[in-house]
Amino acid sequence: MSSPQIEIQIIAAVVAMACAIPGVFLVLRKMALISDAISHSILPGIVIGFFITQDLNSPLLILFAALVGVLTVVLVEYIQKTGMVKEDTAIGLVFPALFSIGVIMISKNAGDVHLDVDAVLLGELAFAPFDRLMVDGADWGPKSLWIMGSILIVIVSLLLLFFKELKVSTFDAGLSSAMGISPIIIHYGLMSMSSITVVGAFDAVGAILVVALMIAPAATAYLLTEDLKKMIGLSLFFGVVAAISGYWFANWLDASISGSIATTLGIIFLLVYLFAPKKGLISVLYRHKQQRLEVSLITFLLHLNRHDEKRERHINHLQEHIDWQEVQAKKVLDLALKNNLIIVNNDIVSLTKKGLAFTEKSLEYIIENKHEKIDSMKEDFFLFRG
Amino acid sequence: MSITEYFELLWHDYTLRTITLGTAVLGAICGMLGSFAVLRKESLLGDAISHAALPGIALAFIITGAKDSGTLLLGALVSGLVGTYWIRGITSKTHLKSDTALGLILSTFFGFGMLLLTFIQKQPNANQAGLDKYLFGQAATLVESDVRLMIIVTAVSLVVLLLFWKEFKLLLFDPDYTQTIGFNTKFIDVLVTFFIVLAIVLGLQTVGVVLMSAILLAPAAAARQWTNSLSTMVLLAGLVGALSGIFGTAISASQDNLSTGPVIVLVASVFVLFSLIFSPGRGLLFREIRFRKNRKDLELMKTLQFMYDIAIDHENISHPHAIRILNNFQGYTKETLKRLENEGWISIEGQDWAMTQEGFNKAAEMYNQQSINE
Repeated sequence: MSSPQIEIQIIAAVVAMACAIPGVFLVLRKMALISDAISHSILPGIVIGFFITQDLNSPLLILFAALVGVLTVVLVEYIQKTGMVKEDTAIGLVFPALFSIGVIMISKNAGDVHLDVDAVLLGELAFAPFDRLMVDGADWGPKSLWIMGSILIVIVSLLLLFFKELKVSTFDAGLSSAMGISPIIIHYGLMSMSSITVVGAFDAVGAILVVALMIAPAATAYLLTEDLKKMIGLSLFFGVVAAISGYWFANWLDASISGSIATTLGIIFLLVYLFAPKKGLISVLYRHKQQRLEVSLITFLLHLNRHDEKRERHINHLQEHIDWQEVQAKKVLDLALKNNLIIVNNDIVSLTKKGLAFTEKSLEYIIENKHEKIDSMKEDFFLFRG
Repeated sequence: MSITEYFELLWHDYTLRTITLGTAVLGAICGMLGSFAVLRKESLLGDAISHAALPGIALAFIITGAKDSGTLLLGALVSGLVGTYWIRGITSKTHLKSDTALGLILSTFFGFGMLLLTFIQKQPNANQAGLDKYLFGQAATLVESDVRLMIIVTAVSLVVLLLFWKEFKLLLFDPDYTQTIGFNTKFIDVLVTFFIVLAIVLGLQTVGVVLMSAILLAPAAAARQWTNSLSTMVLLAGLVGALSGIFGTAISASQDNLSTGPVIVLVASVFVLFSLIFSPGRGLLFREIRFRKNRKDLELMKTLQFMYDIAIDHENISHPHAIRILNNFQGYTKETLKRLENEGWISIEGQDWAMTQEGFNKAAEMYNQQSINE
């Protein structure tokens, strides 16, 4: 590994961590798309900053961009407060307009401005190590590492200082006001911090990767835990893993590092989305299927409970009367047999003692309609699950 | 070139005519279909889909090796639909909210698209130039076949809109009811989504990924302010979209170095701003005027009640009182006195006012209403 390679990975990891923390709160507060809006609408801020300073590396650019970022949030909220359009429409109206203004400002001055929309939007991590911080002729390392490092330190200290406030105002704005924590201050603090993070990060990695780094790790973590601290920890972990493995993936393909990191984030999310133990797609679908089978079983047992006639209790009747598909009917029958709820004699199905007790309990449950009862019922009667 | 010259040239210049027609048709179709997106509270779906279409374009190029815009758009359509249904899957199967799902798909799909684009650029075959026009859009690259495709798609979606109008309308306003009365909501839902994705994909080439969402929702948001009827809104949104396309193209063509996409977006934004302020029913201006008028009426009534409280202690209700005693009362001005007199509720003589029988009755009636309400 050469030293620029190591530096790129460190920068990517630091950016990922700096984005992950505000990202968690944006996702929890249902404001994830604000990061997308900010990352696009800061363009005019950068252009104005550049016109004033004529220097692409001036810190003034970051300041202007961050200001426009906050302006975006204010505008969105103002439009939304009029009640004339929904919140998401407000976001969708504000940021393209600001972005368009930025693009037009650039293209009108295209001749004498060395500023490229592509570069702003897409970013190129591979060039980050070349822009170095020089103090008295000494090389202090890549500039973006210093910028993002400081932002990360500020974010972490703010998080530690205001963890309780952030937590309360995120989950219960009413309680937070009652406790004397102004949700508005926390809101704008978070928005300003997100805005600064987006601005600092997009210079190194581009606007779209910033959005991916903010939303994807938090969303992935949210599928695995509902504990805020664990969620932040997991987001940091996913962000860093994606940053480093994404770098090597890009290295292997000889393609965009930002694109590759975003892709890796997407793949990690997909894996968790499919296989997460409780909230994953597969376990959700499995649970649905199991529940359907259990409901069918209860319906069938209740039917048996009600009818003494042999005709109604014949094994073939299961399909005819209750109209289940063949496989399902067989599954229901197997499940009931396995759990010793029924016995089959000459193709005539009857309830066992246990089955009778079970149906009576079920009837009680249906009449009372209390959700907590069903679980204890299942535990009492089911040896095998569907 | 000035704007008037542009419109004169429009009839003779083939390229200009093609581009203008293209942006107008695009604006119209996006405006109409965007109305459905906005009313379904899926405004930002357009943003997500346009980003999600990028890997499809790149993959179509990698697989076929051709830069034929039909093939690329097909790729965009497929990956846009995959993105849309994944978003649906995330919001319905997990507890993640729609904003998270949109942002997630938007950024990771776009990142994947960038990865593929840079991968293509490193390949030896040099045929890839021009793929990046889908990022920022270039109206100038519109050719007649593109416009023809847009017109065909517009016609087809119009026919479908008319055929399923009742179902669309029902689905928008009461999806549960639609299902109860036996419509196949899933089919209608798929149909709406498919046409929205199709419109977005068509626009990519002209205005690009980033600005596509604005073309989709700005005309609809503008039209929404002027009407409460779905059909009027759809027509109006189509009109606003078409006008944005035409004027945007005109302005950008009449100036140097002005890309068309951003200008179209800004023109559409001006329409929105105008509508938000000046629409008669919901607009901010008329709302403020109504608000002030209501406040004035309220203060007038408060003054009358105050006078009633004074007059009721006297045997003769029309006993004159000095205007001075109103001095400490809020809502009393020369103007309100004048209005009260014009209504015939009080009479003014010199420095005194006196309540008329009519004014007394009016105020008493207000007290009655108050006690009824309480």
